[in-house]
Amino acid sequence: MMQAVLAVTAVILALAAAGAIIRIARGPSLLDRVLAADVLLGILGGALCIDMAVNRHLNNLMLVVAISIIGFIGSVTVARFVADRRVESNES
Amino acid sequence: MNPDLSGPDAWIDTVSAVFMVVGALMSLAAAIGLLRFPDLLTRMHAATKPQVLGLFLLLAAIGLQLRTWWVWPVLLVAWIFQLLTVPVSAHMVGRAGYRTKHLRRDLLSTDELEAVVQKAAAEAAREDSSDDGGR
Repeated sequence: MMQAVLAVTAVILALAAAGAIIRIARGPSLLDRVLAADVLLGILGGALCIDMAVNRHLNNLMLVVAISIIGFIGSVTVARFVADRRVESNES
Repeated sequence: MNPDLSGPDAWIDTVSAVFMVVGALMSLAAAIGLLRFPDLLTRMHAATKPQVLGLFLLLAAIGLQLRTWWVWPVLLVAWIFQLLTVPVSAHMVGRAGYRTKHLRRDLLSTDELEAVVQKAAAEAAREDSSDDGGR
């Protein structure tokens, strides 16, 4: 049963990652791309979690935590950067 | 995999399988929301699903599959760390999106920050100081 679950979740996560990558590619603003990159990192962490759960090990747990750190630092940094540079630009 | 389909082992496997599939569906929901929602704030609403609830379900599936008690505090620490960092980054992204006007005014039902910004701007104009009132 675990192999079937692994296949189903692999398909679902692949579709989700494809959607996030499409949003990264054609997102109208930088913040949309940052958000989609954050979601893509979340999907990657979810894939690592599923690998751990199906194969019953804990090797990737620090990697999941590191991925969340990277997503946090990346989105905060880029959000600061956007807030400082484009305050007076008036595009929607 | 299991020859007998009764007993607690099969039940734990079933529950963790449901958790894994639902957690993966959270990611898919976030991707669909990212693709279909119209502006930044609604996309931010969709994007928080796999980061909090999806990760919770997947970590719970790990804890159920490993069948030991000592992993639960470790998984809880990982999840709490995610809970601490996700609101901060969402706040920063939303703040930057509000300031750079990456939102559609016609889709907002209410804007409570607008009144605060107007009041701060009025105070700043009255006191003829720079813009540090609204932060």
